[in-house]
Amino acid sequence: MEIDPFIFRLSIFILSIFIGYYVVWSVTPSLHTPLMSVTNAISSVIIVGAIIASLADSSENVFNISSSFGFIAIILAAINIFGGFLVTQRMLQMYKKKKGKK
Amino acid sequence: MISANLSAIFYLISGILFILALRGLSSPDTSRQGNYFGIVGMIIAIVVTFLSVGNFSTSLVFVIIFLLVGGAIGAFIAFKIPMTAMPELVAGFHSLVGLAAVFVAIAAFLNPEAFNLGSVGSIKLASLIEMSIGAAVGAITFSGSIIAFLKLRGIMSGSPITFSGQHFLNLALGIAIFVLIFYLCKTQSENIFWTAIAISFLVGVLLIIPIGGADMPVVISMLNSYSGWAAAGIGFTLENSALIITGALVGSSGAILSYIMCKAMNRSFFSVILGGFGADTSSDSKKERKDQKPVKNGNAEDAAFLMKNASSVIIVPGYGMAVAQAQHALREMVDKLKKNDIKVTYAIHPVAGRMPGHMNVLLAEANVPYDEVFELEDINNDFANSDVAFVIGANDVTNPVAKTDPKSPIFGMPVLDVEKCKSVLFVKRSLSPGYAGIDNELFYKDNTLMLFADAKKMTEDIVKNLD
Repeated sequence: MEIDPFIFRLSIFILSIFIGYYVVWSVTPSLHTPLMSVTNAISSVIIVGAIIASLADSSENVFNISSSFGFIAIILAAINIFGGFLVTQRMLQMYKKKKGKK
Repeated sequence: MISANLSAIFYLISGILFILALRGLSSPDTSRQGNYFGIVGMIIAIVVTFLSVGNFSTSLVFVIIFLLVGGAIGAFIAFKIPMTAMPELVAGFHSLVGLAAVFVAIAAFLNPEAFNLGSVGSIKLASLIEMSIGAAVGAITFSGSIIAFLKLRGIMSGSPITFSGQHFLNLALGIAIFVLIFYLCKTQSENIFWTAIAISFLVGVLLIIPIGGADMPVVISMLNSYSGWAAAGIGFTLENSALIITGALVGSSGAILSYIMCKAMNRSFFSVILGGFGADTSSDSKKERKDQKPVKNGNAEDAAFLMKNASSVIIVPGYGMAVAQAQHALREMVDKLKKNDIKVTYAIHPVAGRMPGHMNVLLAEANVPYDEVFELEDINNDFANSDVAFVIGANDVTNPVAKTDPKSPIFGMPVLDVEKCKSVLFVKRSLSPGYAGIDNELFYKDNTLMLFADAKKMTEDIVKNLD
């Protein structure tokens, strides 16, 4: 009997939770705010679904109901991706060691 | 156009890059590199999606336009936002992830062929469950984050909003969502799908309104976690490993942060989520305070004198510093002290501020080197050997009652041992109790000097007096 592909995805999911658990515990507490903003940015990889929805129909019908939801989702996710990564970068630039300044 | 297998491998690569992005945050030195990994991972995911769909018609032009419009808005916000507004920015961003998840789920529901999920009216059962869970969690994330945003921004009062039967209502609505999803799977009815989403939006609002301002670190972390689970739910629907990996990472990250925050307040996750904390205890303490001992009232001159003659000073910042934007003035004061060969360090309580790591970011913004900033457990023993504790805008996290009075609502919460210092300076606007609604006995101690003023103004005055 063949294994359902869902089980494989579930395996990836559960193993990733474990990776997340160990990786996040190793994050230094002083970087918890950048951690939140960067997780925000990467969770916007949901844009992949939005792009698929928007590109679903070929040329003649760009904006139908389904693709319109996709297009709005693209804007929302893009705000997050750019905003999230850039603001994280801005914060991380500020973390300096004693010697680094001046 | 690339094959499904090849694109799956690329999605895996971008998932791994996201793991490395989080891994980089284990130290400030590697964090910037980590952020670049994240950006590369995102670019790979987006480009691979373009190639695997293989539709290069006018639609693609619009996709890119919308992508750039959103990107421009995001970039503008990222560069303009003041660091003190980080908590509400993060809450706002969470709401966008949630809403995007809802919209992607709706798009997949209305056009399942595009995602290989069957056809309208006969969507595969597993996909239907996954997308409706993704949509429900996304909707809760969205409306919950909006409320958190409004509270943090001060548009909505930070005090808890409670009414009788609240928890029962939430429970009933939660069950209703599950029942609706069950019937959705049986009937594939569009109306049930919309109803489930609408109820989820309502649940998000109801979940967050009873939670008060200083519990926001837990709320933000929790919403962070939800946004991850929503993304993972959509990832299952789209059979996309990048999304599943990321969702799991973000979900567990937010959960761990909520756990750390709850532990730092010695409260159970449930008591925070059920809310209402700090709403009804104030009346008691108000009566008590009328016949309290007098406090020693000082001014900037006294404070400057005390610190000038100290050999070591520990600074304890809190939310009041963020509100007054006093971090730059504080840094100036510390520079002056250091010139006099006084050892200065910073002590940060995990729940100081309105989000995890809030104080650290503000101090970093004011150019405070991160190796002078210490977490509670690393510095708590130093108070006994220090001359002055300078508490600026913090209150409950220094209250010794947490160690002595089992009846106190904050009993058992780890606190900073500032009372062990030879003298304590409290910069505060008034004697009012902190968020927990309890009096701080430190105010009335002999070695405590109260400096009643706005944190920024007081710090600036001290700087003037240090010359």
